[in-house]
Amino acid sequence: MNWLSQTIAVTGVTLRSLGQRLGSATVAVIGIAGVVIVFTAVLSIAEGFRAAMVGAGDPHRVMILRAGSDTEMTSGLSGDDANLIRDAPGIERSADGPNASPELFVIVGHPLKRTGTDANVPLRGLTAAAIRVRPEVRIVEGRMLAFGTNEIVVGRAASRQYTGLDVGSSVRWGEGEWSVVGIFEAGGSVAESEIWSDARVLQPAYRRGNSYQSVLVRLASPDSFQTLKDALTADQRLNVTPMREQEYYAQQSQVLQSIIRTIGFGIAGLMGLGAIFGAVNTMYSAVASRTREIATLRALGFGRSPVVISVMIEAVVLSLIGGVIGGGLAWLVFDGYQTATMNWQSFSQVAFAFAVTPSLLARGLFYAVIMGMLGGLLPALRAARLPIVTALRQL
Amino acid sequence: MKFLPLVFRNLTRRKVRTFLTIASIFMAFVLFGVLMALRAAFTLGVEVAGADRLMMIHKVSLIQLLPKSYMERVRSMEGVTDVSHANWFGAYYQDPSNFIANMAVDPASWLRMYPEFVLPEDHKKAWIANRTGAIVGISTANKFGWKVGDRVPLISPIYRKPDGSPWEFTIDGIYDSPIKGTDKTQFFFHWDYINETFRNSPVSDQVGWYVMRVADPAASDRLAKSLDALFANSPAETKTATEKAFVSNFANQIGDIGSIMMAITAVVLSFILFVAGNSMAQSIRERTNELAVLKTLGFSERLILSLVLVESLTIAVIGGGLGLAVASVLIAQGDPTNGMLPAFYFPVRDLIIGMALVVALGLGTGLLPALQARRLKIVTALRKA
Repeated sequence: MNWLSQTIAVTGVTLRSLGQRLGSATVAVIGIAGVVIVFTAVLSIAEGFRAAMVGAGDPHRVMILRAGSDTEMTSGLSGDDANLIRDAPGIERSADGPNASPELFVIVGHPLKRTGTDANVPLRGLTAAAIRVRPEVRIVEGRMLAFGTNEIVVGRAASRQYTGLDVGSSVRWGEGEWSVVGIFEAGGSVAESEIWSDARVLQPAYRRGNSYQSVLVRLASPDSFQTLKDALTADQRLNVTPMREQEYYAQQSQVLQSIIRTIGFGIAGLMGLGAIFGAVNTMYSAVASRTREIATLRALGFGRSPVVISVMIEAVVLSLIGGVIGGGLAWLVFDGYQTATMNWQSFSQVAFAFAVTPSLLARGLFYAVIMGMLGGLLPALRAARLPIVTALRQL
Repeated sequence: MKFLPLVFRNLTRRKVRTFLTIASIFMAFVLFGVLMALRAAFTLGVEVAGADRLMMIHKVSLIQLLPKSYMERVRSMEGVTDVSHANWFGAYYQDPSNFIANMAVDPASWLRMYPEFVLPEDHKKAWIANRTGAIVGISTANKFGWKVGDRVPLISPIYRKPDGSPWEFTIDGIYDSPIKGTDKTQFFFHWDYINETFRNSPVSDQVGWYVMRVADPAASDRLAKSLDALFANSPAETKTATEKAFVSNFANQIGDIGSIMMAITAVVLSFILFVAGNSMAQSIRERTNELAVLKTLGFSERLILSLVLVESLTIAVIGGGLGLAVASVLIAQGDPTNGMLPAFYFPVRDLIIGMALVVALGLGTGLLPALQARRLKIVTALRKA
């Protein structure tokens, strides 16, 4: 009998005997499933957050901030700066002028529906060019705000997270009264967590004079980034950093992602160790309960390695079952779960949905298999080393 | 006492299983500790927030500033015993990824306001006297290797020096705190130093928030209302609440992601414990006939019960005790997220809960099979072999 058919035969016997060891096998499967659930669910938070942030990036768009600022929140550009930037080369132009939108980005305290307590809601002051720069924005309810008035439009996610932001209602922030005239969508991106108003109306409310925080521009083509960058850098009157929008938002999501990843990997790592102990236990008892069977096979002329491999395969099969159950449960329960959190870089709220992505599921399975292999290794070696004669004598 | 060798033999008869059981209990309790520390961290230290402190921010949002002139009006309010102020400075050290919580404060009143920041009296004096001085929490000082006397350049994207150079500070003191959960990462310096640079600009004589001590914490809510009424209809209206309310409000903004992470882990954790407990109980159930033999030999029921309990308690205490100890050591290394969750600590209350869990696990897993065995008649039990 050749090695391969030996291996297949022994593995077949092993797997068919699984039913008799259902109790301990279940324990191992559940242990591994638990780890995969924690791993997948926790990292799906990071994935979802990243998706919302990076989804906001369009290769045609460039965010221009004051040099040295890493968020819009801490940036500042004078009205003159904004005008100089608008006239820079590389920016797409339309009949109404350059597609460049100087914007204000502030926060306003407004209560969350979930807790009733105030959250830092991002409030963006726009100019008319903002819509030309963001063609993906659609008003899904009501209408766009009229510039020069105290009207606001609210992102779809923001209208879900905060109280009293339905079309037709009005809100009071400090001395100012604002009326909600529309709800907008922006492809599920972070912009939907924001509230938009006219920058000119917002400037005095936040005592910003004629200043802005960022200029968002649309490039004539994705390749004209360098042209724009060179022109802005060369201009002695300006001290600004242009960044591709995708890059900007990827960087904005870094802190929260690293917090979640640290926690996710840390907890899943600790639990993984626990699950490996469980798997080792299961496989040891599997080997122990089949001592005579294995010894008989060896007496019949089966080699050591098919026995080792059969035990390892059983461990891997159990861990795969655990991985599939864990990943599946995490996907069922958490994929698409809507929530909001604070973006640690600007202290403002970002709404997003948990995303259990295929790559996350694959990583969970991979992790499960590693745990199974580590758990199966020692018991498999013991099975191979069983002294045949003594083992046959065992009851 | 003379029966201890018997217990020991029982524990070592299947060494691998005993070891693995202890190991999984160990892991479960390490996780328990980490979980509790995370819970404390996600509430941002609300449990150590001062009960007798109120905070006042701009009504519209915390990024708007309040006039410095409010200070005296707040101080003269009846029921307010002390007042201080701070500005979020948002500066970083060398690279934007080196996040430090740094604030421009009024040193003398700030130190009075936060007695939990402990540093030598002469360091306090030195700091108050030195306009460009700063004090820093011990965690941050250790992270960057800063010592008293060091010059530290910080760059703030919010408050830029007119010539674009970094702000230079001298470390005059390093504070620690005897209270667990106190934020030991912060960096404080003179508001005057910043304010002088911005004379006659829109940000001059403006502060980020006021913090005040109240004579009677029970009257906090009423006092907060009267303070807000004091500044109503002014260009900078205020919102005042207890420090606890502010901290828990901030924690709320992190949203349910913290609680979700912890809920999943807690469910899985209790499952691990259940499985480990089950295998401990199983190892005793397997030996029902041996217990019957002991009974036949004349061991009293009480003695048998205590033997079993000592055995299961031993496993639980070794595994759980080591787990809690290792968790404490791990947690003492500090916040794993590099300064984002400074209130990462193992609350004493949770440590006690953990110990109680260990004992409950040991008693529970021994008691059930032992009681089952007791109900059995010797003859039936012996036949079960």
